[in-house]
Amino acid sequence: MEFKFTEENLKKIEEAVKKYPVKKAAVMPVLYIAQEQNGWISQEVIKEVASVLEMHAEDVLGVVTFYTMYHKKPAGKYHLQVCTNVSCMLRGANKIYDHVKDKLKISNGEVTDDNLFSLEEVECMGSCGTAPMIAVNEDFFENLDIQKVDQILESLNK
Amino acid sequence: MEKIVLPEIKNLHLIDVYEQNGGYTAVKKAFGQTPDDIIDQVKKSGLRGRGGAAFSAGLKWSFMPKTTDKPKYLCINGDESEPGSFKDRQIFEFNPHQLIEGILITAYAIQAKTTYVYIRGEYHKWIKLFQKALDDAYARGYVGEKMKETFGKEFLVDIYVHKGAGAYICGEESALMNSIEGKRGYPRVKPPFPAQNGLWGCPTTINNVETITNVPAIINKGWEWFSKIGEPKHPGTLLYGISGHVNKPGVYELPTGMLLTDLIYNYAGGVTGNKKILCVIPGGSSMPPLRGDQIEGVKMDAESLKAVGTSIGTAGIMVMDEDTDLVKVLARIAKFYYHESCGQCTPCREGTGWMVKILNRLVNGEGSTHDLDLLISVASNIEGNTICALGEAAAWPVRHMITRFRDYFEQRVKKEVVLPVANKVHSMRHTAFPLADIKE
Repeated sequence: MEFKFTEENLKKIEEAVKKYPVKKAAVMPVLYIAQEQNGWISQEVIKEVASVLEMHAEDVLGVVTFYTMYHKKPAGKYHLQVCTNVSCMLRGANKIYDHVKDKLKISNGEVTDDNLFSLEEVECMGSCGTAPMIAVNEDFFENLDIQKVDQILESLNK
Repeated sequence: MEKIVLPEIKNLHLIDVYEQNGGYTAVKKAFGQTPDDIIDQVKKSGLRGRGGAAFSAGLKWSFMPKTTDKPKYLCINGDESEPGSFKDRQIFEFNPHQLIEGILITAYAIQAKTTYVYIRGEYHKWIKLFQKALDDAYARGYVGEKMKETFGKEFLVDIYVHKGAGAYICGEESALMNSIEGKRGYPRVKPPFPAQNGLWGCPTTINNVETITNVPAIINKGWEWFSKIGEPKHPGTLLYGISGHVNKPGVYELPTGMLLTDLIYNYAGGVTGNKKILCVIPGGSSMPPLRGDQIEGVKMDAESLKAVGTSIGTAGIMVMDEDTDLVKVLARIAKFYYHESCGQCTPCREGTGWMVKILNRLVNGEGSTHDLDLLISVASNIEGNTICALGEAAAWPVRHMITRFRDYFEQRVKKEVVLPVANKVHSMRHTAFPLADIKE
């Protein structure tokens, strides 16, 4: 599927490029803009980003694969990120992670059949003092227990 | 005790409230002095980096070349990905203007005209909060073009936020610079150091968010005042982040040199369920852990922790009670470094993976005492053999956890060596011959 930036996003890109002395330095913000428009980073997106920033597509691909926050395949409408690193683990993150897996019947990196949820086990998100946590897209839900997780999933399911 | 970085003033994140409480006066004072004066004061104050290495901030600034045709850059490290650290997000949320003011003073001291504030991508909310504060500061003329009118000085600086995208390694200063340049976050070989060859080959200084937030107070109240707070060799306050099995986890701003037990039992409300402490990691997951019976009398500052064989790191204290499964904890820590290794150096790329495999064997009850020595051997072969400190960060927890908790780990593995690797190779050779025999 062909990918072209919207007029509005092209303006955003122009703004992003201004922050740096070199055009290619804007590749990370531009990839975020692309991800927001397309939902994930496809080969077509990579080609378009490369052409907008006058880069080699390979260099863009290299950046995409290095950073975990660029989706290499479509994610669900709600991308659930469960931290299982030490501070969260000590406060029951694994139970929460297993509960989410059971409830949604998907495992790490998978998307539910209705494309509503995707799940990712993530590394420390900086919520150690309010552990355990789940991030839903950009929002952090902290100090969780199983009940609260159920509430979150239910509210998103509506 | 007066708080420097996170004062308890309501709505301090708003520019009006910050101004009413003496905000943006330090930068005015600083602009009345020479850049060298500023560096000198910060050097004398004894301010040490809060990002892990605890290096003198003023000394770091003094490495920047005085005469150069190239533009100079300042980078602020807000990548904050070390498991157990969650302090910088408090600054972005509750005191962003003091960080901005600190940036202005620092940029002036090293004569940098552009600053990038690198914030980890997962911190969407805190990036927005900081950007809002930054926009307000631009609108009031404290940053950017209008600085000339505001301060009546020819110096101006622009501050930009660069959003990371989920890579722990970008907290390493040279990886951070590569990331800003739009590349994969690979650490660079040093030397050349950033002060000579940093962003786009230009002189660059990289400082932690918390370090820079201290600067306005030093300028306003003087270096003598700052140097008298906490431990003389590591003065000031620290944002202690306490997590794990404690009743009141959170960030506590207190002077350096606090007793570890004081922090855990008095400030963080003690251990959950009044259990005993098995293990404490004092400075984020890459720092060597301490046994529960080792923490009595241990003070939280760079020098005191060095003396007991660990390090201050980011002052992210992780507390584990007596019922914690340390094998699982260590396997989880190892998995983190395996995931975050950038893959440039073979010892780290391969070694972190091997350590995970061996530790998972231990978790599954299939480990042997031989595995413990093997782990230490792998860890020792990573340490010191990599471009950046992620090698050490991956090796230290494994090596020190097993050395310090040898009895604990031996109990968990009990079994003797079942099948040494050499036998396996031998038996494979054996199978080759019968097959040939059958053909005949």
